[in-house]
Amino acid sequence: MSASPRTSKDRSQTEPTVVRWLLIAIAVTFLMLFLILPLAAVFSQAFDKGFTVYLDALREADTLSSIKLTVLTAAFCVPLNLFFGVTAAWAIAKFSFPGKNLLITLIDLPFSVSPVISGLIYVLIFGLQGWIGPWLQDHDIRIVFAVPGIILATIFVTFPFVARELIPLMEAQGREEEEAALVLGASGLQTFWRVTLPNVKWGIIYGVILCNARAMGEFGAVSVVSGHIRGMTNTVPLHVEILYNEYNYTAAFAVASLLAFLALITLVIKTIAEWKVQQQLQKN
Amino acid sequence: MKLFKRQNNVLPGFGPTLGFTIFYLSLIVLIPLSALVFRTAGLTWGEFVSTVTAPRVMASYKVTFGAALVAASINAVFGVLVAWVLVRYKFPGRKIADALVDLPFALPTAVAGITLATIYSPNGWVGRFLEPLGIKVAFTPLGITLAMTFIGLPFVVRTVQPVVEEIEVELEEAALCLGASRWQTIQRVIFPMLLPSILTGFALAFARAVGEYGSIIFIAGNMPMVSEITPLLIITKLEQFDYQGATAIACVMLLASFLMLLVINLLQKWSRRYAE
Amino acid sequence: MDIKKMTVTLATLALALSTSVTAFAATITLLNVSYDPTRELYADFNKSFAAYWKGKSGDTVTVKQSHGGSSKQARAVIDGLEADVVTLALAYDIDAIAEKGFIKQGWQKELPHNSSPYTSTIVFLVRKGNPKKIKNWDDLIKPGIAVITPNPKTSGGARWNYLAAWAYAAHQPGGNDAKAKEFVTKLLKNVPVLDSGARGSTNTFVQRGLGDVLLAWENEAFLAVNELGPDKFDIVTPPESILAEPPVTVIDKVVDRHGTRKVAAEYLKYLYTDEGQKIAAKHYYRPINTKIPTKLAKIKKLYTIDGAFGGWQKAQKTHFSDGGTFDQIYAPKK
Repeated sequence: MSASPRTSKDRSQTEPTVVRWLLIAIAVTFLMLFLILPLAAVFSQAFDKGFTVYLDALREADTLSSIKLTVLTAAFCVPLNLFFGVTAAWAIAKFSFPGKNLLITLIDLPFSVSPVISGLIYVLIFGLQGWIGPWLQDHDIRIVFAVPGIILATIFVTFPFVARELIPLMEAQGREEEEAALVLGASGLQTFWRVTLPNVKWGIIYGVILCNARAMGEFGAVSVVSGHIRGMTNTVPLHVEILYNEYNYTAAFAVASLLAFLALITLVIKTIAEWKVQQQLQKN
Repeated sequence: MKLFKRQNNVLPGFGPTLGFTIFYLSLIVLIPLSALVFRTAGLTWGEFVSTVTAPRVMASYKVTFGAALVAASINAVFGVLVAWVLVRYKFPGRKIADALVDLPFALPTAVAGITLATIYSPNGWVGRFLEPLGIKVAFTPLGITLAMTFIGLPFVVRTVQPVVEEIEVELEEAALCLGASRWQTIQRVIFPMLLPSILTGFALAFARAVGEYGSIIFIAGNMPMVSEITPLLIITKLEQFDYQGATAIACVMLLASFLMLLVINLLQKWSRRYAE
Repeated sequence: MDIKKMTVTLATLALALSTSVTAFAATITLLNVSYDPTRELYADFNKSFAAYWKGKSGDTVTVKQSHGGSSKQARAVIDGLEADVVTLALAYDIDAIAEKGFIKQGWQKELPHNSSPYTSTIVFLVRKGNPKKIKNWDDLIKPGIAVITPNPKTSGGARWNYLAAWAYAAHQPGGNDAKAKEFVTKLLKNVPVLDSGARGSTNTFVQRGLGDVLLAWENEAFLAVNELGPDKFDIVTPPESILAEPPVTVIDKVVDRHGTRKVAAEYLKYLYTDEGQKIAAKHYYRPINTKIPTKLAKIKKLYTIDGAFGGWQKAQKTHFSDGGTFDQIYAPKK
């Protein structure tokens, strides 16, 4: 989308008008069926019984506590994965070493592991029948079926997001600028803060918001480790399921609309970030 | 694989950053996943094989991998089309459409599942028009494919889009000048350039779809042998207090994920080389 | 004052405050891990019990709820979900918890009536006016009838459904296990969707408009009708069905750690009081105290798990374990 208007006008003349509009129509119909329709359905169901019912659903005590838990989870998980993402990207993008491909594949792994498995592994370790469950119980430490388990499972599923985003970006930018700074006498950390970070700033933001959206929206993995205690270990997506299973469809979709709204905000920030990343890459 | 090149790299911090990366990776990903393998180790090889090749489990692989294959193929075709249209043509609402492509990334899977079931069930917005035509979407393998298509949609679009942007119009023009028809140009010039990215996107969409649970469970019929996905079977085993059976199937899925990712990374390497 | 001193003072203050509170009235939290259809029942019951306990001991008790599929909940307790009491769909799931040593063997004798303070049964929910004329189990296997029931592998309710159909067929004139299997096979042929839980099935039937008849817990059927419109559905109570006894018990290992044994035991006993029985009746469970009035229709014959199947352990092994009759029915024909 960085192409100047003139060239894209030229480009669009490569197909006959009829074909062009036909292709646009097919693409738009496809997007309508798969993206816009579901989004519209969420909001239409949420406001099915009017705005007051919608607001009441959101003000309910269990809903509020689920929102709190979800925000708390994201607040732990995003900074940790951010720190990891930046360090991993530094090591992988700026240096070459044997086994790099394997390392990248392992970092990607949580992305394609079934959420059911992601939750299960923590139960296998921290559950009472697991490796250190009995020891934890003796010391009165609760991991699974409590908030730490939910945070751990969420960290797992959002693990690759920031790193995935940063590695290609930092690779593309090379090492020259940093090397120049070091030659001029800057310390390693100074170089990172003053040179590297400003260059990848928008890439980081892009990774963080995706990580955040996934952290707040994860269902499968969290469902396995949550224990579903009302008002205590239910996150927003789990609360949606509960409301839905209580035949409280309007409330379910009202809470779901919060998540959909979050998704929309994410997309807006993401579009801005993407645009800035493009600019940055062009600048270099 | 390249050897260490640290001698001509003056940047600091390789040791600590790589060290932390490996430490955190082990703590969060590798050790927990190894628990899966160790739990399975309680089974003898024969038990393991008979668990993961039981007819119902085999049927679930067929459903899961089959539906994921179909979904990824649909995404490959339409994803290329969408990417092409978004880059090459101007039309009202293009920017919005472009931003919305990422919706499946950001929308929680449970919400997606409930919503898709609402739209495509026999009394839903779209389902009620399909029902008289004899097309049943919700609660059939078709429903599984639909949910998988939804969650895999951004991958092909997002991997193909930048490549379409990179294609130089001069190349196409040159082909035209040399007497190639538009169709020949697409076939011989454009498509080969897009192929690596299409394959990467296809593989990513496939890998994501295979593991998906949250959105599918609401729209699959969960009929044994017909519309039961493998993650559901893991849950089913757990509900019967059969941890070893569950972890055995989970191990198979884990191995599949790992292999697919390895292939994707190799594909990406290949496509980078192609670009250079 | 330096920070260290301040922290100490604050800590002492907090300690003093908390101990002074406990001296007068303790605040106790119990966790009741239950199955899906009891949400509304226990929401009501917990309030009533809190008031009762406040009056009796002066302590404030808050009962937290966790709901989900019965086996899934049992597994969570085994894996360390610290439930003071469990109130599940079937004894088999509690047996599994007992097997791991959380509960004394013979738990089912601790409380009256097999530790089941209320019972329920399986009924049919049909579309308004019963257009397909479904009256009895025989009608479910007719061609063209779509039956909605959850997957017995993952849902406790579905196991009751399955066994109810089996028991019915086995007890007809000339009936035996082979006939019963044939009957259930035909019935399952009419099932288009097997949701993973009872609530999922109800949603499929009610919200998605799928199927002619939903096999459901009696209380679920009433709840669905009340919540979603009496103008849309009718309840058909078949002349014969199964006696479902959802048992309750204290988790010994947990209450001993929490020091909540007394209140947990009282909580379950309260289910047997007139007040508790009335709440159960209000939520369309069948109270075991026959003096409590109920609006539920009389059923001519109710089969029991012990009588018809020789107990849950045996029933589970024969029908629902891997390779059991349920799996055989769905096994590909060779």
